[in-house]
Amino acid sequence: MKIECKDCGAEINAPDDAVVGEILTCPDCGADFEIASKTEERVELKPAESIGEDWGQ
Amino acid sequence: MVEICIIYDKLRFEERALYDKAIKKNLNAQLIDAKNLILSTSSRKSDLQFGGILLQRTVSYFRGLYLTSCLEFLGYKVINNFNVGEICGNKLVTSLHLAKHHIPTPETGFAFSAEGARKMLNKMGYPAVLKPLIGSWGRGVFPIRDEETANILVETREENGNALSRIYYIQEMVERPPRDVRCIVVDDNVITAIYRYSPGNEWRTNVAMGGKAEKATITNELEDIVLRAARSVGGGILGVDLMEDRSRGLLVHEINNTVEFRGAQDVSEVDIADAILDYAIKIAKS
Repeated sequence: MKIECKDCGAEINAPDDAVVGEILTCPDCGADFEIASKTEERVELKPAESIGEDWGQ
Repeated sequence: MVEICIIYDKLRFEERALYDKAIKKNLNAQLIDAKNLILSTSSRKSDLQFGGILLQRTVSYFRGLYLTSCLEFLGYKVINNFNVGEICGNKLVTSLHLAKHHIPTPETGFAFSAEGARKMLNKMGYPAVLKPLIGSWGRGVFPIRDEETANILVETREENGNALSRIYYIQEMVERPPRDVRCIVVDDNVITAIYRYSPGNEWRTNVAMGGKAEKATITNELEDIVLRAARSVGGGILGVDLMEDRSRGLLVHEINNTVEFRGAQDVSEVDIADAILDYAIKIAKS
């Protein structure tokens, strides 16, 4: 499914097996988005969180 | 059917692998975004339908730690539990536990002011390594080769608004080959071990820094030290990192609480997600 990048308007491809929470990166501007919701017809994106000092494993 | 809940805030390879494998194993699995949860002192376990066992897999250390505290308060079983997370998420506390249990570990100094940090560096000598207490992937880990660099780094840390940046964790620079060893421990077993090689222009070995993974043999010596290290922090699902010191042999320098295993899975025949889920099922049934 194709979604419009909220930053630059380019097309981002969401694979069919993508799940909510997955991060998609705009191929044009490099912005990261998180899949906020997903139905058969529609994928909603929200801006992904930026890396925090406490991020890791 | 065992109900398993994978708590995430950023869905990485690992969380997706765990979820996909859980579905394949016919487990009743759900992915829960930690960012969407709100809880209170009045919350009850029945308010949430999280099933028998929760895998804490948030990329944000503090988010995962304090959420685990809330979930344990409600009566949920969380892997890893709060105590393990609190120890492993903080390098200073980890080092103290390793030393207390006589696990070979690099010489590490702690200081609580800029003056203390300089004093400790002069005492330990150069080169040394300055590491942040919290954080992963080699971020903020700096080699200090002389006093001038030390002064710059200490000054930078002092100006940082984060209170934790003014607690200093200073480690000897271990003389090692350009690689370290990552062992994945699940349920008191070393399920796989890999070497992580530094990329050409980098001394850190983290896969996140571009380090390359290669399968390592789990020798009796490696297994013994890794299991003792894992037990010293409370066990569970852990990534134990070691360096091979040229004279002292294996030294444990870090233990990871929400271990990433993409690099290890690429070179290992063991199905890491499967092993983690089997352990979760065992704990759920216990």
